Amino acid sequence: MLADWPGSPAGSELAVTFDRGRVIRVLVLPALFEEANKLRHFTVATMRLLDQQGIDCFLPDLPGCNESLAPLQTQTLTGWQADVQRAITHFGASHVLALRGGAMIAPAGYPGWALAPIGGAALLRAMLRARVLASREAGREETRESLLETGRSAGLELGGWQLGPRMIHALESAQPLATLRRIAQEDLGGGGALWLRAEPDHNPQQAAALATIIAGRPAAA
Amino acid sequence: MTIDPQDGTQPSEADEAAFVDRTLRGVLRDVLGLNDDRVAAIDGNTGLFGHLPEMDSMAVAGLLTEIEDRLDIVIEDDEVDGEMLETFGALLAFVQSKRAQG
Repeated sequence: MLADWPGSPAGSELAVTFDRGRVIRVLVLPALFEEANKLRHFTVATMRLLDQQGIDCFLPDLPGCNESLAPLQTQTLTGWQADVQRAITHFGASHVLALRGGAMIAPAGYPGWALAPIGGAALLRAMLRARVLASREAGREETRESLLETGRSAGLELGGWQLGPRMIHALESAQPLATLRRIAQEDLGGGGALWLRAEPDHNPQQAAALATIIAGRPAAA
Repeated sequence: MTIDPQDGTQPSEADEAAFVDRTLRGVLRDVLGLNDDRVAAIDGNTGLFGHLPEMDSMAVAGLLTEIEDRLDIVIEDDEVDGEMLETFGALLAFVQSKRAQG
């Protein structure tokens, strides 16, 4: 179901929740930007399976993303970290499950898991390249270096995502939280990584594999 | 080199070519969500960019980045053009020449 949570000091955001007041309560940190779209179906399907296995879980909209009305270009990684902390408190989460770039905004001090965590530099690299290729198709020559320079000072639109200068700057060096237990894509079986897909897709076997790992394996502290 | 035959010798050119071919098919399988039959049916003339509606710039960027990571090469943006992405054979030839340089 959908629930409100105090997403920012200014207002509330939505979250997908499976809340039956159980002991294990997992805050799910979504993949970021384009990968969030690619993994949305997989993420919610995994949560449904966790619910069936007796685990409460919560997927908050990050301010500026999904249904959020907040502007993305004013969001920062440190801002999202604070928002995530607020979500943990609000939902009384006991664990975190971070998907891909979501591991960069996981707060320290909570046990949990990170699926195929990725740092900001790698995310930026693919987004900048997509922008360069799209611009070239449109007859404009741009380079990753000059785009990055613009992004650092004035922000940048990458693949439809309006990233502010502080977000760009932070992404250049942001690393996934290292204390989470890492789950490799290969641990979910075959079929390939869904975030690589040209079109959003789903793989029920991979969702089942992830839910089984979460339900059966102790999290890193 | 990525392949290390168990006898400890350098991988042969045939091993290298087979490795690159297999890896490239694996990237296409993951990016396009192809099943094994369709992956096996890919040949040098199979059209890629421009033939497959799924391959927009974001998908191409993801494809190239994944190729870089799996095949340990760096692809400059100015090396990317329609010709290199036209067919599987053209992409394979490009990647093989990058591997040979590296």
